[in-house]
Amino acid sequence: MQRYLLQRVVQSAVVLLGLSLLVFTLLVYTPGDPVELIAESNPDVQPADVQRLRQYYGLDDPFSLRYLKWLRALAQGDFGYSRTYGLPVITLIGQRLGNTLLLVGTAFVIAFLAGTAVGVYSALHQYSVADYGFTAFSFAGLAMPNFWQGIVLILIFAVWLPLFPAGGMATPGVTAGWPAILDRLWHLVLPVVVLATSGMASWARYMRSSMLEVIRQDYVRTARAKGLAEGKVVGRHALRNALLPIITLVALSIPGVLNGAVLTETVFSWPGMGLLLFQAVLGHDFNVAMAVLLLLGLVTVGANLLADVAYAAVDPRIRYG
Amino acid sequence: MAVIAAHRPAVEEVVSGQGYWAIAWRRFKKHRAAMAGGIVILLFIAAAVFAAQLTPYEFDQINLYNRKAPPSSAHPMGTDELGHDVLTRILYAGRISLTVGFTAAFVSALFGMVVGGLSGYYGGWLDNVLMRFTDIMFSLPDLPILIIIARYIGGRVDGIIFVLSVFAWMGTARLVRGELLKLRTQDFAEAARATGASDTRILVRHLIPNSLAPVIVAATLTVGGAILSEAALSFLGIGIQPPTPSWGNMLQNAQDFIWTTPWLAIWPGAMIFLTVLCFNFLGDGLRDALDPRLKI
Repeated sequence: MQRYLLQRVVQSAVVLLGLSLLVFTLLVYTPGDPVELIAESNPDVQPADVQRLRQYYGLDDPFSLRYLKWLRALAQGDFGYSRTYGLPVITLIGQRLGNTLLLVGTAFVIAFLAGTAVGVYSALHQYSVADYGFTAFSFAGLAMPNFWQGIVLILIFAVWLPLFPAGGMATPGVTAGWPAILDRLWHLVLPVVVLATSGMASWARYMRSSMLEVIRQDYVRTARAKGLAEGKVVGRHALRNALLPIITLVALSIPGVLNGAVLTETVFSWPGMGLLLFQAVLGHDFNVAMAVLLLLGLVTVGANLLADVAYAAVDPRIRYG
Repeated sequence: MAVIAAHRPAVEEVVSGQGYWAIAWRRFKKHRAAMAGGIVILLFIAAAVFAAQLTPYEFDQINLYNRKAPPSSAHPMGTDELGHDVLTRILYAGRISLTVGFTAAFVSALFGMVVGGLSGYYGGWLDNVLMRFTDIMFSLPDLPILIIIARYIGGRVDGIIFVLSVFAWMGTARLVRGELLKLRTQDFAEAARATGASDTRILVRHLIPNSLAPVIVAATLTVGGAILSEAALSFLGIGIQPPTPSWGNMLQNAQDFIWTTPWLAIWPGAMIFLTVLCFNFLGDGLRDALDPRLKI
């Protein structure tokens, strides 16, 4: 087990290093010059300043030197400064990370709980009206572009019936105590609904098919045959085994969740990591884009590592295979 | 094709003289959602192909005297802030979206077959390397990376098709590898080898054709996925660039006018939703018809 663990950790570290090199390359050679961008937006900038800025940012250094410098700074925990905000990247991420976690976390918990519940119900009542209804909902949820769903929800619940805010995260002026918490929740409703819809649809589908497979097994029949109450058969015997393959899917679902977060944050102007990344890439804010992407990579690679290790822990064939 | 029929003893449906594809077609016809999806897709394709004949307007025809007009008989979907006929733009955008979807699905299926084919047939270290690479590609957050890559493409359709394919082949590769692991030790493959057929011939003539069912299903679902991704990039303003219409960039544009002309936001989104839904139904029906045990 230890060898397997070590092997997977090393592998994950290599993947992250490769990802950082790939993204670094893509960002360095992105068409458009960041200093020209600054010069265009500020008429006081002289040609000499442009030269000084290029030198200051190390833009004329050879590629390998730039990458190694960046890596060395990273090793010392230094993510650099944001060109756009004039703040240390770490401060900027500190402000935004919590917002994304709040949005994504809330949506995930709701989607997972509701989705698995729907999936179990569908499996236990296969081919019932409710099962067909939920299946139709799943298909709709998976085909729905979440940016469009966001716009439609804004149209209905912010434009036509002004019940919820059309975007943002807080009402200006409401800063402390219960009013601030309620205000945050009020802003959270529409983006969470958007993010949770597609999540719920896919969890319901996975859970339905996993549960259908499990309830046909002999041990479930045995549990029923020995006179166990149906609730216990489902809860104790079937559900636990059906959940096992689902747990590993959580890790695999993370890239999709992050994609959803980028789009949802853009539609609702939610000041999170997705919006930060998008604006950083458009604005040539190199250090910010690099740090956010690396963090997203760390999350997905880390989740995959965790899932593999958890799977190896319960399945000896993988450990020794 | 007789080989497939032999190694897939389809239950009650084996009627003498019927091949694999005839049986599959009979099963497919029973899947009502998939049939409906297929018919709607054919209609959308026809509408995209005959866009010029279906509408009296040009997609970039500006009419400043008739801006933001609500739906009417002359403009069934209304007009936008420059006086474009929205229906016309929806039709021409369908050309782009369907082209991107079909081509990306085809290219990614090719990538997937090559990687999965090499991996499953040769096994060993090559398999190990290719499958670890596949795992890595699976675990990457693709949209954030696409946002960066999009700067290089500058809205070119072929570029968008290529990058979407690069992030969409992994499922096919795994499926093809799995099929080949099953097929390569079967008698017909052994027989081909015994007659002195080369590796390439065995792969291309015998193994790949017999593992096409999952590829077709995965490719169908990829069409919908690619249309969704293209729409997302265009919605963010980094995909297809105006004045060329795409459902995604029409939606981005509509967002700015949501308080005054809400209908602009309804049509393009509804088209994306319907198209993706139909491809998902179609893929579901094809899976049930071709290989119900597939886990896609």
